[in-house]
Amino acid sequence: MSEDKRPERDDHTGVETTGHEWDGIKELNNPLPRWWVWSWLVSIVWSIGYWVVMPSWPLLTSYLEGTENYSSRQAVLEEVAAIKERRIQFGGKMLHISYDEIREDDTLYDFATRGGKSAFGLHCAQCHGLGATGAEGIANLNDDDWIWGGSEDEIEATIRYGVRSDHLDTHYSEMPAFTPDVMLSPEEISATANYVLSFTNLGEYSELGENTFADQCSFCHGESGEGMREVGAPKLNDAIWLYGGTLELVTQQIASPRHGVMPQWENRLDEMTIKQLTLYVHSLGGGE
Amino acid sequence: MTIEIKQHEAAKPIPLNETFEAVDWQEGQPLFAKRIKIFPKRVKGLFRTIKWWFLGVLLGIYYLLPWVRWDRGEFAPDQAVLFDIASRRFYFFDIEIWPQEIIYLVGILAGAAMGLFFVTSLIGRAWCAFGCPQTVWTDLFMFIERRIEGDRNQRIKLDKGSWTFKKIRKRVIKHALWLVVSAGTGGAWAFYFMDAPTLASGLMHLHAPTAAWITVGLLTAMTYVMAGFAREQVCTYMCPYSRFQSAMMDKETWMVSYKADRGEARGKHKRGTTWDNRGHCVDCTQCVAVCPMGIDIRNGMQMECINCGLCADACNNVMSRLDLPSGLIGYDSLSNVERRSRGEAEKPFTLLRVRTFMYLAALSIVASFLVSSFMLRKDVGLSVIRDRNPVFVMLSNGDIRDGYTVKILNKSRSQRTYQLEILGLSDPMLEETGHNTGFQPSLQLTVAPDEVEDFRIYVRQHNSDLHTTQTEVVFRLLDKNGDEAIREGTQFIGPEK
Repeated sequence: MSEDKRPERDDHTGVETTGHEWDGIKELNNPLPRWWVWSWLVSIVWSIGYWVVMPSWPLLTSYLEGTENYSSRQAVLEEVAAIKERRIQFGGKMLHISYDEIREDDTLYDFATRGGKSAFGLHCAQCHGLGATGAEGIANLNDDDWIWGGSEDEIEATIRYGVRSDHLDTHYSEMPAFTPDVMLSPEEISATANYVLSFTNLGEYSELGENTFADQCSFCHGESGEGMREVGAPKLNDAIWLYGGTLELVTQQIASPRHGVMPQWENRLDEMTIKQLTLYVHSLGGGE
Repeated sequence: MTIEIKQHEAAKPIPLNETFEAVDWQEGQPLFAKRIKIFPKRVKGLFRTIKWWFLGVLLGIYYLLPWVRWDRGEFAPDQAVLFDIASRRFYFFDIEIWPQEIIYLVGILAGAAMGLFFVTSLIGRAWCAFGCPQTVWTDLFMFIERRIEGDRNQRIKLDKGSWTFKKIRKRVIKHALWLVVSAGTGGAWAFYFMDAPTLASGLMHLHAPTAAWITVGLLTAMTYVMAGFAREQVCTYMCPYSRFQSAMMDKETWMVSYKADRGEARGKHKRGTTWDNRGHCVDCTQCVAVCPMGIDIRNGMQMECINCGLCADACNNVMSRLDLPSGLIGYDSLSNVERRSRGEAEKPFTLLRVRTFMYLAALSIVASFLVSSFMLRKDVGLSVIRDRNPVFVMLSNGDIRDGYTVKILNKSRSQRTYQLEILGLSDPMLEETGHNTGFQPSLQLTVAPDEVEDFRIYVRQHNSDLHTTQTEVVFRLLDKNGDEAIREGTQFIGPEK
């Protein structure tokens, strides 16, 4: 008995089946509409035209460039240039007016702080963090404690010239190291550290500490630890500590002080970006 | 037997000796199916009248609605129905929807789906038959075609004939009229997205925005191709609905069908002979000739059938000529077929059974959600986003400061000033950044009419007054009378306790 090779025909529709079957459900082999086939062929023809016009096939060392000479890289570069142009058009006037005047123009101020946020993420966040919270030895820019000043002009100067950077106008300060047994005795250092912490009721007051502080520290840090921005001496009578506020860390900073650096940005950022960064940092909540 | 001839049939008697072939009934199995041209014949009757009414009303609404004006004062457009994409608003008479309220669109779509399911489970594909744009515009295009090229037989003759001047003239006129209708359709679509008189003038004077030209162009091309050429191919090959319609139907669903128990055995009937021992179907194939899908309803329920009922009109006209009762083709349910075969009485049309009740219940739930949430909506919105980086900031005096972005939506058409305060903290002070407001117990915030504005708000609190790391707080807005307008909960986070 020879087997019937013809496809099975569905009784109900009269259409042949593909021979596929799932749980008794058979797949009908309905013919494709002719127009559908044509639209498929047209799309193939279209793709050939696309090869000719647009970059398509890779070659050994380069690629088929296409008659349009399109390059997505070039397109991006053009878009970036256009955005820079528009940025100058829109925000250029902020170069010639004061910070207070910028603040009065809601749109311009919004533009500046948003641009500043973006620049901050690009240039500053590596050390200060995306939220500008800083870290041990790196200033938190959200609070109201400023080593070098928190007005717009002071913030701008810090951004421009950096701290202990290679710029001639850089902020510079250096706390001497009160090496134990060389400069001060270990008792004097411990008493001074306690005295410093006693400003905020966290350490024990002692006459030795007070005297040592008056002799060695008050010249820069002030008699009651109020700090001095002119020389970048931090406030010692508040809740904010650059290198930590425990007795151990304060003692360590007296005996062997650490000094952070911040690069100068004057030669690396354009004027508008510096102004935008200044306004952004100022807006973080501690601006003066 | 007397033959009653109705008025409109008197002029042209229906030929009962022709036969017409259905497109889905072929021998052999080709790999690709050549499209079989359909030349639907003109028919008159109840269903055709219903279709004309739907066509008139729906197209009337579509073309005229953008021109209806609605005064909303100086801060809003005066077009009754407008999708204002540029300012992200949807206007529908007195209703104004913001992008934040897209949930209403979800509700409307869900309601529409449930409504469609309900109708389908009741009377089959009534949407396909009367309401679907593909049906409505195809009907309109066929009407134009018929007026220019004549009825079925003339159109077939013209189509088969050589390209004489007469054929070219008719074809050119037909396609020109189609294009005019298409352009009007595309234009009307664009009017829903821009002020209609402004855009119309812009289109006339050739200075409309590019997006408008593209929209008009696309919709013109789409109308022309879909209603002029693709027609039934859209329903059969493109539309998913025809594929899953049967999921909504059951044995009680009324749909346009051929009553085989009455019609069979079909056959030509000689006038004056008996109707005993044979069916009422005289195999005139009028039902096939008028079908816009080109199918034969007598083959039973088919995917192509859009339930438009034109075959019923055609059959009823024939039945009345033969002095037989109408309804050989008409609304019928599978279970009634079974009942008749068992000699039982037919079940009359019933609105509610389990399936339709479920769809109706779902529809009511969606509708009541929509209506109630719409009635309860306020003309002010407030959302508060707490800063995540930094989570909190310790200030030099030991206070804790948290930052928030407060968004206020003023949905009214006048400028409003709200008082913002925070509840849940013992002595909170608030500041709006960048505006030198200083820290105050509450802030006055002004929002322009019909705008959403962002405010950066700092809240400070003495560390000693915080008893937990995370404190639940509530921002609230007071209106100018000092009454609470809206509130929004969030947290105030401090150091670990």
